[in-house]
Amino acid sequence: MTLELFLQNLANGIAVGSLYALIAVGYTMVYGILRLINFAHGDIFMMAAYFTFFGVAVFHLPWYFACIFVVVLTAGLGMLIERAAYRPLRDAPKDSVLVSAIGVSFLLENLATYLFSGKPKAFPDFLGLMSTVSLGTVSIQKVALVVPVVLIVCMSILLFVINKTKLGMAMRAVSKDYEIARVMGININLVIAATFGIGSGLAAVGVILWGMKYPQVSPLMGVMPGLKCFIAAVIGGIGNIKGAVLGGFILGLIEVMLVAFFQPLTGYRDAFAFILLILILLVKPTGLIGEKTTEKV
Amino acid sequence: MMNNTKKRNIICTAILAVIVLALIYFANNYLDAYIVRILNLCAIYTIIGLSMNLINGFTGLFSLGQAGFMAIGAYTVAIFTLPLDMRSTIFYMEPMNPAIAGIHLSFVPALLLGGVIAGFAAFLIGAPVLRLRGDYLAIATLGFSEIIRILLTNLQSITNGALGINKIPDNANNMWWSFGVAIVILILTALLINSSYGRAFKAIREDDIAAEAMGINLFKHKVMSFVVGGFFAGVGGGLYASLLGTVDPKQFYFTLTYNFLLIIVLGGMGSISGTVIASFIVTCGLELLRTFDEPLTVAGYEISLFRPGFSMVIFSLLLMIIVLFYSKGLMGRTELTWDRIFNFFGKMKSKKAPKSTEGGSTK
Repeated sequence: MTLELFLQNLANGIAVGSLYALIAVGYTMVYGILRLINFAHGDIFMMAAYFTFFGVAVFHLPWYFACIFVVVLTAGLGMLIERAAYRPLRDAPKDSVLVSAIGVSFLLENLATYLFSGKPKAFPDFLGLMSTVSLGTVSIQKVALVVPVVLIVCMSILLFVINKTKLGMAMRAVSKDYEIARVMGININLVIAATFGIGSGLAAVGVILWGMKYPQVSPLMGVMPGLKCFIAAVIGGIGNIKGAVLGGFILGLIEVMLVAFFQPLTGYRDAFAFILLILILLVKPTGLIGEKTTEKV
Repeated sequence: MMNNTKKRNIICTAILAVIVLALIYFANNYLDAYIVRILNLCAIYTIIGLSMNLINGFTGLFSLGQAGFMAIGAYTVAIFTLPLDMRSTIFYMEPMNPAIAGIHLSFVPALLLGGVIAGFAAFLIGAPVLRLRGDYLAIATLGFSEIIRILLTNLQSITNGALGINKIPDNANNMWWSFGVAIVILILTALLINSSYGRAFKAIREDDIAAEAMGINLFKHKVMSFVVGGFFAGVGGGLYASLLGTVDPKQFYFTLTYNFLLIIVLGGMGSISGTVIASFIVTCGLELLRTFDEPLTVAGYEISLFRPGFSMVIFSLLLMIIVLFYSKGLMGRTELTWDRIFNFFGKMKSKKAPKSTEGGSTK
């Protein structure tokens, strides 16, 4: 392997890792607050891809307007799902909530197949981000350079919201103990809805860039990224935002490098993430920088 | 008195057994192939529903790996029952691995072997992941079922890769096979649930910390439930392969597990009779829903609502409605027993009785 090839793969790995990180943050925020794996997160991501497709390729919105439209619509979808499928079950046994989450995920997939047909659609290329650019001897896609920047901007805003604003304070309180937060006068429904909105909005940002890299929109496109980003969140320590970013990078880099160095393993690329998940759960179930929680009897 | 109800229950069970056997005989000989096929599918779904309910409903381990266990059983039956002379034409991309190319098994040993391999896989995956709880376990088992599917796609010389295996000898399309196996597994599950092991499973479901404090070996019982469930699902998968006559990795996508999830949620998590009833409802329901996928023309107008994919939208909506509004399902954790049925009819009678006296007929 030459240096150029290595650098090219490194840039690719960082781009994939940043995308994983953007989506993993949505999982980790919802888990931090509700202790629930939002199975539908990957499918919210998929719906956002369709919103982008319709906004840009069908309705020809200008790119900045399309981006805002997609993020807002997706955040709304996330909040709607929380209201319809999770809030009624807030005091129900955990298994029921999990079945409900699976139901939402399955419903979104089937709805997308029904409404938009199972045939994959081409993701629109706007701002020419799909084209490649050569830096010296290394040639990479322009979008791979944009992704880390977007990630840094989004994370800075998110960390500011969580650490410095009143809403962020309420979120932290709810994630520590939502019964007590309720007693303290925090409107937990509002906080949970906001969490879903932010998580889904980040997934929408993720999909706009993801689509440039893997330009295909189909009803099942969210399944694998969804599962992998959940795994990324677990690797970093679920419930921890910095952990999700770290996990995203680790998963993205290892995956890209593995396929680059060991060509015969290409077919097993998707299995690798699951093996990593099982290993991390066995060795360090709280993730790399997660907090340890003890079971109360 | 106690003896009388016991005697009554035994007689009722015997009568039911005769009726079921007569129905199977009748259906097998006189009904058309399409209906027999659906009934067979009902029986197979019952087997896998029971295996999933054993793990999820009775032991409280939220596992989503059923499609993986099924795939193992299905491929075992497909590979080993395939006639030797047909193998080279089906494995035309890459010849079959010489280690297994010469081995041919008849249906029953292949079915059992499929179950055993699936059970062994359940042990391999269960031993490390069963100490996870709740949602982590769900993702880990779902991941396992995806790993199985990826292996099946990539091990070209054993599974024929993405092409799949077709022309599997058709054995399960005979109702004696599918219903026979389903009844045996039903009885085995009932015996297991009512044994001391079954009580330990339920204790773990209620509260694993308390169960451990009472001296139940958590690891042993969780793995046991998982392995038995894996074995049953493997056997069910074998029947499934034989019924369909063809297997390919795409059939065992993890959404297949959602069918069984709907069955156990609808029937009641932790109810054997509920699972049986729900398996028939869901299987026949899916078959009926399929008509919604055909374009419907009413008085010359084509209703655009009905097009491919509509049935699955309804299917997923039903799952949501059940879990949101009827989270206990049909049976909850109770069973449909003879005592219950007679009590139910007894109550109906006693309700009717006062009404008739209102009419003024005094004796």
